[in-house]
Amino acid sequence: MVKEIEKAGFPIVQMCNLVPVAKTVGSNRIVPTISIPYPLGDPDTSKEDQWKLRCHRTKVALEALATDITEQTVFRV
Amino acid sequence: MKKVILYVNQFFGQIGGEEKAGVEPEIHEGQIGPAVQFAKELDGIAEVTHTIICGDNYMGSNTDAAVAAILDMLADKEMDLFLAGPAFQAGRYTVACGTICKAVKERYGVPVVTSMNEETPGVDMFKKDMYILKGGNIASKMRKDVKAMANVAKKLLAGEPVGSASEEGYFARGIRHQAWRKDMKPASERMLDMLVRKLNGEPFVSELPIPKIDRVPIAPAIVNLGEARIALLNTGGIVPVDNPDRIQSASATRWGRYDISGDKELRGGEYKTIHAGFDPAAADADPNVITPVDALKELQKEGVFGSLHQYFYTTVGTGTTESEAARMAREIIPHLEEDHVNGCILVST
Repeated sequence: MVKEIEKAGFPIVQMCNLVPVAKTVGSNRIVPTISIPYPLGDPDTSKEDQWKLRCHRTKVALEALATDITEQTVFRV
Repeated sequence: MKKVILYVNQFFGQIGGEEKAGVEPEIHEGQIGPAVQFAKELDGIAEVTHTIICGDNYMGSNTDAAVAAILDMLADKEMDLFLAGPAFQAGRYTVACGTICKAVKERYGVPVVTSMNEETPGVDMFKKDMYILKGGNIASKMRKDVKAMANVAKKLLAGEPVGSASEEGYFARGIRHQAWRKDMKPASERMLDMLVRKLNGEPFVSELPIPKIDRVPIAPAIVNLGEARIALLNTGGIVPVDNPDRIQSASATRWGRYDISGDKELRGGEYKTIHAGFDPAAADADPNVITPVDALKELQKEGVFGSLHQYFYTTVGTGTTESEAARMAREIIPHLEEDHVNGCILVST
């Protein structure tokens, strides 16, 4: 899906836990998440910690869209 | 008698379904699940001494720890060959099988064999590293897939040469061997035969197929993020609780889009996940852990980006083929174009 959307000219960032899979499939902008069932908020942590983590990683993803890249890039979180 | 050890996930290891996908690796003496059939196929040649079981999510999210634990378990075991799967069309399981096979081969130098369906990510990730038999898409192909794995395993155990990818049914590994052809026909004659066939418009099979590398050019970055319109998509199956578009929980062919304009929030009880590939408890309680609508609205308020596209888009990624996924994306694109979306975030599970 990421590739089709990028082919249409939209910058797209994939937020995912299985980064090696995203790399193999061919996503160009990748931001890691923390797990498969809860990518952006571990229910065993406090609501506040989940919120902080989610805001932070979502912001990294937004900034990734505004970052010029020349090769497949996994952004640091 | 040679000795073989098998790796399976929590489901085929008979521990449980998705609710047990987080279990840490364990090793059992003897045969569990598919190991029983492997033992039959390898009867008289090798004994399946142990079965290793690990949850797919544990392997996916704690890969280093899982691999280290399994390598430790194997340290004092005699082993002539290592098997994993068959993994069919289960995306995470294929990656798990490839990961552990590669690690075992590197550490202990034994041959490894696994099986997966061609529509899974594990194939491209690992086909160059090991024999991956071309497996079925569903578990009812177990008997056939185990047999195909066992056939290659037997040759490896006996030290016999393994045939070509097309003869044995594994994914081509990009390794060339020198071999005498049965027909003893030199390359020049074979090339001319192909050329004549081509000129006559007849079908022919190239001996050197060019692999198709499917990469897309990097789309240019958003120039002014502060004014950009952003769309959110996910393959984690977040839908209104009544799933109005009847998106399937696995092998999806349908997608939906749901209004998040104004002050709309994603609350547990109003939205949930219908994804059958992981424990839904966390996302049902708070859908924002998959579709971060709350965070996006806050970041928009702070001025990080301009505006949020009115809808978020949902489908389910588990068991969904690449061709269906591509088709669904192509159906979504006109909606993004119509609203002048500048960039997209896709969360996958």
